[in-house]
Amino acid sequence: MFKTVLVANRGEIARRVLRACRALGVRGVAVYSEADAGWPHVKDADEAVRIGPAPARESYLNIERILEVARVARAEAIHPGYGFLSENWQFARACGETGAAFIGPPWTVIKQMGEKIAARRLMVGAGVPVVPGSEGPVGDLEAAQRTAGAVGFPIMLKAAGGGGGIGMARAVDPAQLAQAFPTAQRRAHAAFGVADLYLERYLEEARHIEVQVFGDHDGTLVHLHERECSIQRRHQKLIEESPAPGLPPEVKRRLVDAAVRGARAVGYVNAGTMEFLVDPAGGFHFLEMNTRLQVEHPVTEEVTGLDLVQAQLRVAAGEALPWKQAEILQRRAAIECRIYAEDPDRNFMPSPGTISALRLPEGEGIRVECGVAEGVTVSVHYDPLLAKVIAWGQDRDEALERMQRALSEFSVEGVKTTLPFHRAVLSSELFKRGQVHTQLVEQGAFNA
Amino acid sequence: MPEEVKAHITGVVFQVLTKPGDQVRAGDPIIVLESMKMEIPVEAPRAGTVTEVTAKEGETVQEGDTVALLE
Repeated sequence: MFKTVLVANRGEIARRVLRACRALGVRGVAVYSEADAGWPHVKDADEAVRIGPAPARESYLNIERILEVARVARAEAIHPGYGFLSENWQFARACGETGAAFIGPPWTVIKQMGEKIAARRLMVGAGVPVVPGSEGPVGDLEAAQRTAGAVGFPIMLKAAGGGGGIGMARAVDPAQLAQAFPTAQRRAHAAFGVADLYLERYLEEARHIEVQVFGDHDGTLVHLHERECSIQRRHQKLIEESPAPGLPPEVKRRLVDAAVRGARAVGYVNAGTMEFLVDPAGGFHFLEMNTRLQVEHPVTEEVTGLDLVQAQLRVAAGEALPWKQAEILQRRAAIECRIYAEDPDRNFMPSPGTISALRLPEGEGIRVECGVAEGVTVSVHYDPLLAKVIAWGQDRDEALERMQRALSEFSVEGVKTTLPFHRAVLSSELFKRGQVHTQLVEQGAFNA
Repeated sequence: MPEEVKAHITGVVFQVLTKPGDQVRAGDPIIVLESMKMEIPVEAPRAGTVTEVTAKEGETVQEGDTVALLE
């Protein structure tokens, strides 16, 4: 095992990784920007190094600076968390070149799955169904209209250079497509440095269900079952749970088989997630692979009783995966609510500010992953995730009851949060019945 | 009487989309703010001519700050 690991992230995920380091007797080094001095993840670390000003590109995205800190701190490995540099293959490659292990898949795999059009083709080759769409990039509006006509409206425009729901735009007809195309190109270029777009059929009232996979260097590759993540705004998740309620066992079996087949096809190592859309008829379609730890990984940890982050460190250190597929069971149900500094009454607009009071839920069946503390200022520079609440129970009903209680105990003052939204979802009949799909939030299904 | 176009949210100016002399319709984006990884357009409250854009790319503006003038 490594003696020292650098955590190239902030907030709750940096704390989560530092906790795994402590559990394994590994020295944890944090990095932080000027905006984050005094934040909990800085205090949690055995050593913390300031790396630059608040803007991410001058701090958490500054590859040279982070590698320099790793070298000085004698870190043998770097955990990228999620977001920031986690799916940046140049960073993963640079880590290897400077002698620090990148805690994640090989850089070649990050690159392969990051090129979304090529990844689609790879999955087709591996026998994994994809959403019907363009074979290659659509270079101009004319090509987009032609392809959209063939694929059939409504369609979704997506950036070829990267995923995570960034730069996506839906169009229901040629006029909307004409309007959305230049904006989507600009966004794609701003986010990923390439303006290339591709196009997929938009599946109405589909569910977002993903499969956690994990591989090691010996070629073992397992799945850790599914997570249902349909409650989203702006194509970003708000609530995740496992098992996926009402998912027919036959569909589930085919879904995890496809996920494992797809991950094997690219020689996947470490933790990753295969994302799918499941249509109302039970057909499923590959969306993309996230070649990193997911925000919602605690759901899987609570369901299976396994520690994904510790396993990430072990596998990166060259150890074999400590699990056998047959022993990985959905032992209970778990659900996660993401508490963002956003105003649900103003269409989830960001709500930066200083946290003046914070009361976290506790008790039986509740786990909280919190990145903030009273007195810290939530800045405009980073993702607005403050904390995650995870509730587990022997079955879904028990998990939901515990979550409702936890949400009623949880309070944050100083910024608006998604807490009232979560309370509304948890008390809705629709959600209790598990009848969810990705359009519910935009349709106003949980509005008071 | 020129009308002040105000930021409805705190953020970093990601993009300036208009310049003095530009004709805009109500709802047209004047600038785009980036806040917490989201791109949020600041839109023209009515149709008119942009007379001044005070926001500069990369600058932080607070909620309520004037970012442009419209005539």
